[in-house]
Amino acid sequence: MAELENINPHVYRKCEERRLTKDDENDDVADPFDEREIFDLIRNINDPEHPLTLEELHVLEQSLITVDNEKNTVKVLFTPTIPHCSMATLIGLSIRVKLLRALPPRFKVSVEINPGTHASENAVNKQLADKERVAAALENSHLIEVINQCIAVPIK
Amino acid sequence: MGKLELLQCLTGHRGRAWGAGWHPKGNVLATCGEDKTIRIWAEDASQRWVAKTVLSDGHSRTIRDVAWSPCGQYLASASFDATVAIWDKKSGEFECNATLEGHENEVKSVSWSKSGSLLATCSRDKSVWVWEVAQEDEYECAAVLNTHTQDVKKVEWHPHEDILASASYDNTIKLYKEDLADSDWSSFDTLVSHESTVWSISFDGSGKRLASCSDDQTVKIWQEYKPGNEFGVSCPDNTPVWKCVCTLSGYHSRSVYDISWCKQSGLLATACGDDMVRIFKEVEGSSPHEPTFEMVGSKHAHSQDVNTVEWNPTVVGLLVTTSDDGDVKLWKYEPEE
Repeated sequence: MAELENINPHVYRKCEERRLTKDDENDDVADPFDEREIFDLIRNINDPEHPLTLEELHVLEQSLITVDNEKNTVKVLFTPTIPHCSMATLIGLSIRVKLLRALPPRFKVSVEINPGTHASENAVNKQLADKERVAAALENSHLIEVINQCIAVPIK
Repeated sequence: MGKLELLQCLTGHRGRAWGAGWHPKGNVLATCGEDKTIRIWAEDASQRWVAKTVLSDGHSRTIRDVAWSPCGQYLASASFDATVAIWDKKSGEFECNATLEGHENEVKSVSWSKSGSLLATCSRDKSVWVWEVAQEDEYECAAVLNTHTQDVKKVEWHPHEDILASASYDNTIKLYKEDLADSDWSSFDTLVSHESTVWSISFDGSGKRLASCSDDQTVKIWQEYKPGNEFGVSCPDNTPVWKCVCTLSGYHSRSVYDISWCKQSGLLATACGDDMVRIFKEVEGSSPHEPTFEMVGSKHAHSQDVNTVEWNPTVVGLLVTTSDDGDVKLWKYEPEE
């Protein structure tokens, strides 16, 4: 394997599991998507380099997610571990693909770099927002395999 | 406000529907998409549009765009598999009789010149290719134009002359023509004003104006000024220059993916990532050098992004749209009384 870009990343504590309430199990209660639910969908995505989740590396934080159920929008900001991270596009793509598969198609998902945390954030953001290029990338069998590995939930 | 009325929803594509192209006679429609098929639609006896043919063996990846030749005999399809296929019906059935190869990766758009003797293609490899129709089923590359610095999204020929326009991820539009002295193709103008990807372009009926739409959520109108024009617009290289004379902002809330300028009615239609179709009309009596456009119709047209919009070339007010929701829809626009 090639040398690691970020040899010694900071590792943060995971947040508590979500506590189920009675309403969560009641089918009659409308249960719109919220920030916590989106966070739960993506927090366990694996980092492409380290055997750690995006949550543990603070690439993803619940406070950087915004959901508007009425307007069908989900916006996720992610923070690369280092400002020159060459994996930024791949990480963003993994978040996009995970949400694409998990959320109903009515949602418009945008995935962007947390402002000021990456040297080429505009270029990465533009690429991640270009659905035509994302669609073409996802037809690349090698790339989709790598993304699937990042998204896959480890067997406990 | 005028009314946009849904005439018919054409279902059949699996996954995202990307492109659509009207036959020059307006009575046949081709559509394409993520499912790697081309569907050819026409009206049956009860005037319902039905899929007459499904072409499924031409491409190995997404088909992004389709275009009929001006004579109506040929259909070109552009695919993410880096090729362009030319289909015809000479044997009675649609068959692919030529495949144009050369682009390094995804082909994004294809367009025929008015005479039908030239074909243009563009790709994520940043290049625009001009092909000459040599003989039957033979196409020769006449030019490889490498002036864009990024992914090229759309090519469109001028409605009367052999002038080509291209739109790119590098935020610009470029115009090309052939130098008849040495038959060299080159870019003679770069249209700079959009702040993000230019997704599509469309000439008006006169060919003196061009409309563009972008990821920056605006639509722009460009006007041609010829050398020696009486308006004092300077043309340094003695070639025409195109200037942005109008920007429509505040109407679209997401990326605008396609634009179509009706050659007959002069109406502009846009396809947007906010699932809407919008219609714009030039305000009567507005100055050609500072025109004003107003929105005269809008509709929540699909349940996901609208990818393509195209006015029918013969039936005024008939519109086709395609969407990420997989549907192709036919609309009738009726102006306000």
